[in-house]
Amino acid sequence: MARDSQAALVALNRFGFGARGGASGDLINAASDPRGFVKAELSRPNGVLLEAPGLQSTPQLGQAVFAYQDQVKQAREAAAKAGAPTEAPADQKPGLRRNLSLNAVATEIAGQMAKAKPTDNKPADNMAKPDAMQPNAATPPVAKPAPQPLNVIQKTFRAEALARLQRATLVECGFTERLVVFWSNHFCISASKGELARIWAGAFEREAIRPNVLGRFADMLKSVEQHPAMLFFLDNQQSLGPDSRAGQNRKRGLNENLAREIMELHTLGVGGGYTQQDVTSLARIITGWTFAGRQGQLGVPGSFVFNTNAHQPGPQMLLGKSYEPTGLAQGEAALADIARHPSTANFIASKFVRHFVADDPPPALVARLRDVFIKTDGDLKAMSTALVDSDDAWKAPLTKMRSPYDFVIASGRLLARVPEDPGSYLNNLNLLGQPLWSPAGPNGFADTSATWAAPEGIKLRLDIAAQMGARLGNNIDPIDLLEFAAADAASIETRRTIERAESRQQALALLLMSPEMQRR
Amino acid sequence: MIDCVENRLITSRRNLLLGGASFAAWAYLPKFARAADGRDPRLIVVILRGALDGLSTVAPVGDPDYAGLHGSIALTADGTHPAIMLDTFFALHPAMPEFARMYRDMHATVIHAVATPYRDRSHFDGQDVLESGYAGPGRLQSGWLNRALEALPRGERVSSGLAVGPTTPLVLRGNAPTVGWTPVALPQADDDTAMRLVNLYRHRDPGLASALSQGLQLEKAASGDDMKRKPGNAVVQMRQVARGAAKLMAADDGPRIAALAFDGWDTHANEGGPVGRLAVLLGGLDGALAEFESGLGERWRDTVVVVATEFGRTARINGTDGTDHGTGTIALLAGGAVKGGRVISDWPGLKLANLYEGRDLKPTTDLRSVIKGVLQGQFGLSDRVLAETVFPDSAGARPMKGLVA
Repeated sequence: MARDSQAALVALNRFGFGARGGASGDLINAASDPRGFVKAELSRPNGVLLEAPGLQSTPQLGQAVFAYQDQVKQAREAAAKAGAPTEAPADQKPGLRRNLSLNAVATEIAGQMAKAKPTDNKPADNMAKPDAMQPNAATPPVAKPAPQPLNVIQKTFRAEALARLQRATLVECGFTERLVVFWSNHFCISASKGELARIWAGAFEREAIRPNVLGRFADMLKSVEQHPAMLFFLDNQQSLGPDSRAGQNRKRGLNENLAREIMELHTLGVGGGYTQQDVTSLARIITGWTFAGRQGQLGVPGSFVFNTNAHQPGPQMLLGKSYEPTGLAQGEAALADIARHPSTANFIASKFVRHFVADDPPPALVARLRDVFIKTDGDLKAMSTALVDSDDAWKAPLTKMRSPYDFVIASGRLLARVPEDPGSYLNNLNLLGQPLWSPAGPNGFADTSATWAAPEGIKLRLDIAAQMGARLGNNIDPIDLLEFAAADAASIETRRTIERAESRQQALALLLMSPEMQRR
Repeated sequence: MIDCVENRLITSRRNLLLGGASFAAWAYLPKFARAADGRDPRLIVVILRGALDGLSTVAPVGDPDYAGLHGSIALTADGTHPAIMLDTFFALHPAMPEFARMYRDMHATVIHAVATPYRDRSHFDGQDVLESGYAGPGRLQSGWLNRALEALPRGERVSSGLAVGPTTPLVLRGNAPTVGWTPVALPQADDDTAMRLVNLYRHRDPGLASALSQGLQLEKAASGDDMKRKPGNAVVQMRQVARGAAKLMAADDGPRIAALAFDGWDTHANEGGPVGRLAVLLGGLDGALAEFESGLGERWRDTVVVVATEFGRTARINGTDGTDHGTGTIALLAGGAVKGGRVISDWPGLKLANLYEGRDLKPTTDLRSVIKGVLQGQFGLSDRVLAETVFPDSAGARPMKGLVA
C-alpha cells in the first residue's frame, strides 16, 4: 500500500494539481491505477476546452477595448470643453487600472481578515494595510469600502481568471490543465503589455493553446503566432516590410521582436542553428501579420488579418531554404518547417521533461520524447502519453518545487474550496512573483526549483499559508486533510508536526507548507 | 492609433516594474569593515534587464555617423531638450541630471563601447553571462558577485537585509548566504509556526530548511513606512527601491554589498529620444542613484554603484522608431569612491565598416575588466581570484586600473 500511495502522489502532484479534499477519493483512485488515473484525461480532448457563460472571442473583446477607449477619449474631451479638470474619472484613467484592482483586492483581504477575527476590535486595515496599495496614501483606508466600478478590461480579466481557477480546482487529476499551463507559459504573452493584452490574455489561452494541447505542435504554433494577442505582445502589428507599400509610404519598417522569439523561445531554442540573418528573414516573412484595428479597414476589428500592403515583397532565404512570395502562405510554410526542425523537437522535449520531471531532465527520457515528437510529426498527445508511460517519470524523486500557481491551486483543491472570486488568488500570485498571465518577459516564468525556493518566496508562502490557516482552520480536521493529500506516503515527521500543532489553524498552515505539499 | 500604442507601452512598462525590480544583499559584513583607515566600502550592482541602448543614454554626438544612424531618436546638444555634454564628444541623456551632477563632481564615470564576452542576441543568455560571470551561457548555479563574496573575509552577520521581489537575482546567487526582503503588506506567520516548520524541514527537506531560515531573518529589520511599495510610475518605483536599499545599507550593521535589477529596457518600438519611453526609465534610474546618494549619507563616500546591462542595441534604429538587440553598450559607475568625471572609451567609430556585424556598436572594452577593476579597488581582490573564481577563464580581461579613488 505504501508503494501505491507513493505512486499516487506522483500521479497527483507531478502530473496533476494535487488531491482534492472532501469526498473525492482522489488518492485512493490514483493509488489503484496511477497511470490510468493520469491518462484518463488524455482521451477527452474536448475536456481541455474552456467555455463559460460570458467569455467572449478575441474580436469581440478587441472591439470592447476600442469602444472603451473611445468612451474615455470622449469623456476627456467633454471635460476639457467644460473647463473641468482634464483628468478622466478615476476608474477610466489608464494609469490607475492596476492600482484600482489591487485596491479592490486589498479591500477583499481586509474583509476576510475582519471575518476571520470577529472578536478583534482593531480595524482590519491595520492588518492588511490596504493604504500601501492605494494611489493616494492619504485616502482613508477602507473606512467605507466604496469599490470603484471595474472597467470592461478588468472585468474580463477577472472573469477569465476565475474560469481558469475554477476549472483547475474542479478537475479530477489536472494533467491536461497542467499541460495548458505549461504551453501557455511556453507561448506566453503578458497582460502587462497594455489594455488589449490584458483583455485578450484569457481568450488567447482558450483559442490558441487549449484546442491544441492534445493536438499537433505545428497547429498550436500557427494559432499562437497568428493570434492578435501575440502579434500585439511582440510588436508585429507595427512591423512593416521596408519595401512594402505601407513601409514606403510611412517611412517605417521592420521590427524583429516576434521573429526572434519565435525561433529562440517558441521553437528552435538558443543555439538551435539560426543566425541573425534568419531572424531578419523571418521578420520580413511575417510582415503583414497583424489584426484589424478599430476602423475595420482590413477586416473585423480585433481579428487576425494578413495585410498585403505591409508585407515585404519577394522571396526570402530562411534556414537555408528559399520561400517564394506567396503572401500569407509564405509565413505559414516557414512556420510549418520550423515546427518540424530537429532543434524544435529537442528544445520542446527538454523543456517538457524539465517541467514535469526534474530541473536536470534525464537525457534518456528527453531523447525518447524527442523521437516521439519527430516520429509523430509533433503529436502532443503522443508526447504526453509517452511521458506518462515512461518509467523514468515515475521513478525520479519528487524534487521539483511547486510553482506559486501550483501551490495556490493545490491548496484550494485540498481545502475543497471552489473559488467564487479570483481576487485573493490573483493577489497571492502577485506576492509570490507569478502574477497570472503576466511574466516579466517573453520567456515566461522560470521553471526551476531554485527560482521558487528562494528565501523570500518561501517566507511569503508561509505567511500566505498562515493566513489560510487562520481563516479556514476552524472548520477542518488537518489529520483528515493529510490523509487526502498523502495518506501513508506522508513522512512520519510531517504527520507528527501536524498532530502536535498548537491549533487547527497552525496545523493547517504547516500541512500546506509540508514537503508533501510543496514538492512535486 | 500609433499614439495610443505608445501611451500604452509606457503604462505597461510601469506595470511591469511593479513586479520587475529586485534587490538582495550579502548576509555578512566583510571583515575589514570599519578597518583602521576608516574606509567602509560599499558596493551596489544594478542590473538593467532588457538591454539598454547605450547610444541613446550616452550619445556620441561628436561622431559624424551617429545622428544618421539613430535617426528620429538621436540626441542633440541643442534644441528643446538638449543632451548634457560630458566632454566634447559624448553627451548624456537629458533625463539624467543627477548623474550629470555626480559626473561634474568627479564621482561618476561612463565606460563606453563595453560588452560581456557574449556575442549573440538572446536576452536570457545575455543576462546569464552578465550575471553568472562565465564566458558563456548556461551556468546558472552562481553569480560573479556571490563568488566574489566567497573570497572576502567574513565578519559579523548583518542585522538587516532586503529584496524587492521574491527571488534572488542570479548575480548574487550561490554559496555565500544572501538576504532579501519583499516590501509588501501581508500579515506574517507567527514565530512559533515558523520554527515548527523549520524543524520539519530540517528533518525532511534541508533545501527548504535553509531557504526558510534565511527568509525569516529578513523580516526583522526591513520595515519602515516609507519603504512600503506604493503605486506610481517607473520613476517612483525605482526611487523607492533604491531608497529602501540605501536606508538599510547605511546602518552600521547593515548589508555592505547588494544587487538589484530593474526590468523594462527592451525598447523595440517607440523608444523616444530626449523625451519618451526610454527617457522615463532613465529618469527612474537617475532618481535611484540620487536616492542611494542621499540615503547612504556619510557612507556614500565609500560607495561604488555599478550599472550594467546584458548587451546594447542596434546602432541604426529599426522600422518602428526603436532599436533591436545589439552588442556594445555602456556601463556606468557612480559613488563617492568613484574616480570620475570622464568617459572611458576606446571609441570604435560608427562607420558601417566599424560596426559589429554591420549593425551594432563594436565592443572595445570587456565589461569584466570594468567590474574587476571595481572589485579590486573596493575590496582588494587579487588578479588571480578575479580571473579564476569570480570570472572564470578571464585572464585576458585585465582589471581596469584607477576606477576607484
